[in-house]
Amino acid sequence: MIADNGMSRRTMLVKLGFLLNGIVGVFLAVPIVRYLLSPVIRERKTGFESWLSLGGLEQFPAGQTRLATYHNPVVNAWDGQTGDVACWVRNVDDQNFQVFAINCAHLGCPVRWFPQSNLFMCPCHGGAYYQDGSRASGPPERGLFQYAYKIANGALLIKAGEMPTPGQPVAETAGTRTTCA
Amino acid sequence: MRLIQKVGEWFELRLQLGTPIRDTAEHPVPRETASWFYVFGSAALTVFMLQIVTGILLALIYVPSAGEAWNSLQTLNHGISLGWFIRALHGWGSNFMVAIVLIHMMQVFLFGAYKFPRELTWIVGVLLLLVTLGMAFTGQVLRFDQDAYWGLGIGASIASRVPVIGPWVVNLMLGGPIIAGATLSRFFALHVFVVPGLLIAFVGVHLLMVLKLGINEWPMPGRIVRRATYLQEYHELTHKDGVPFVPNAVWKDILFSAFILLAIAACAVYFGPFGPSGQPDPTIIQTAPRPDFFFLWLYALLSFLPPSSETPILLIGPAIALLVLVALPFVAGEGEKSWKRRPIAVLSVLLIAVALGTFTRLAQHAPWSPVMDAWSSQPIPSEYLQGRTALQRRGALVFQAKQCHNCHSLDDKGGQRGPALDSVALRMTQDQLVRQVIQGGGNMPAYGKNLSPAETTALVAFLDTLHPANQAPARDASRAVALGTGETATRP
Repeated sequence: MIADNGMSRRTMLVKLGFLLNGIVGVFLAVPIVRYLLSPVIRERKTGFESWLSLGGLEQFPAGQTRLATYHNPVVNAWDGQTGDVACWVRNVDDQNFQVFAINCAHLGCPVRWFPQSNLFMCPCHGGAYYQDGSRASGPPERGLFQYAYKIANGALLIKAGEMPTPGQPVAETAGTRTTCA
Repeated sequence: MRLIQKVGEWFELRLQLGTPIRDTAEHPVPRETASWFYVFGSAALTVFMLQIVTGILLALIYVPSAGEAWNSLQTLNHGISLGWFIRALHGWGSNFMVAIVLIHMMQVFLFGAYKFPRELTWIVGVLLLLVTLGMAFTGQVLRFDQDAYWGLGIGASIASRVPVIGPWVVNLMLGGPIIAGATLSRFFALHVFVVPGLLIAFVGVHLLMVLKLGINEWPMPGRIVRRATYLQEYHELTHKDGVPFVPNAVWKDILFSAFILLAIAACAVYFGPFGPSGQPDPTIIQTAPRPDFFFLWLYALLSFLPPSSETPILLIGPAIALLVLVALPFVAGEGEKSWKRRPIAVLSVLLIAVALGTFTRLAQHAPWSPVMDAWSSQPIPSEYLQGRTALQRRGALVFQAKQCHNCHSLDDKGGQRGPALDSVALRMTQDQLVRQVIQGGGNMPAYGKNLSPAETTALVAFLDTLHPANQAPARDASRAVALGTGETATRP
């Protein structure tokens, strides 16, 4: 049976079938895409960062730069050691602190502190930074990433939770001194 | 024998594969293509099969969990009978596969095989190169050690530089805000399901086209490819002067594949498996991450690019390279096939090979990285200290204590980030040395705030002794004039 427009009943049914599958496909694609994008949609809403203690102030003597570690606020049971993150704490004068991310601002390798020459050096591509985190030499385009910090109950707290990268430096508030007694 | 024949017939009646298989095996190929130059494609396929088998074997033990992966690799290396050998086969298989794919690509390019009508075969081949490299990178991540951890950090840092969506790309790549369990799980899914799936699909299409269009004939100088006449010419070549693929050509493929498998096994036995290096613990920062062999050139490139152009080159460079490779068969789809009449093609291959080889070699030494422990592990050669004054020796101590040695070498020991200082006194006067130390510059940090005036004086006094015994150190002539001393002052 051929209709006026030349389309038989069966071709129409085939097309109807394709249409139906297309609609079902879209219905399925929405949750699938949302599932795939969950690291950027769901979790980002609330933000990754929260205030974390690096320990008592007595661990960070004035005028020195010390390595500190914290446990990432968002972890799963199977993250193992990867949930532990290191950072460099510089006690400028007991009033002012600087907390630097361990990641080189070039490509994220772990920078090391040399107290004798007051330099941070990166083992990967030779980036170097002064004690205040500013760029000294090498390929980095900027200084070390800094965490926002505050002091509460004699402990040093930083706002952390996301790996700093050149496109996403830690908090925009980094560098500001939020000091609560 | 009767029984075997009967079973064979039973299957043949149902599968009906006998004729197509026989036709495929005995299809005629140009006589000269039964050559040792035409064995790399089949060798790549053979190594891929080895990778599938050894990969499945490893998956029997490996735990794709950030907390357990490293331990399961230790178990594979030490706890499971011959687990180390399977790991070594898979690791060396990976290196061989990348190498063979690159050689295959080079041969195909030099033999003009990408020209009409094999443009799509070439493009799928480019995709195969990409997924092979994708397998190599994701596989390196599954060897979840320090190199893998910080390598992911490098990947994330590069991805974050994408304008506007960079941070989202990083979160998507890592599966969260940091490198953690979710990161390893998604790279496991990529390495075991997604990329191999693509690889198998592309290999299928690639092979199908090789069979449908026929293997590229041996390029003869002067035999020009023209779209209008090529198919007819190729048909005549294969049907008048051709030989059946099996057995005339295939025996070389089989022998070479066996040789490659043997070479992989030999490397696996002799050199053993790759790593794992230290535990993927981000709080262990005494580490110098290095990528695997086939990404070393990139590691070198990243240290040489000027900071301002690094991001655009990193983001646009790969796109341009891909575009060039894909556009090649459309731009040069006709014409001369023989490398003897294509000097630009030969030079391009040489240039790329020399560049990649040089960068790889450099990355094995990484002269751009400070030697982190040179200041405490590499003493100043004693001949640089003999007969020196107390001030100069004090300067030598400053040189060590302030980690100058990490970036500057003396007697070929120490870092190579900065220039060697064995004869620095010939190049710079005392004043210039003082200025360089205090203000830095030319990729050297300024030490003005980190050195007391006494330390600077001592350091420069030491540096001023660094010149060959028979050559006088550089002097500022005007200084002698100003002080009214020295020979220059008395010169007419």
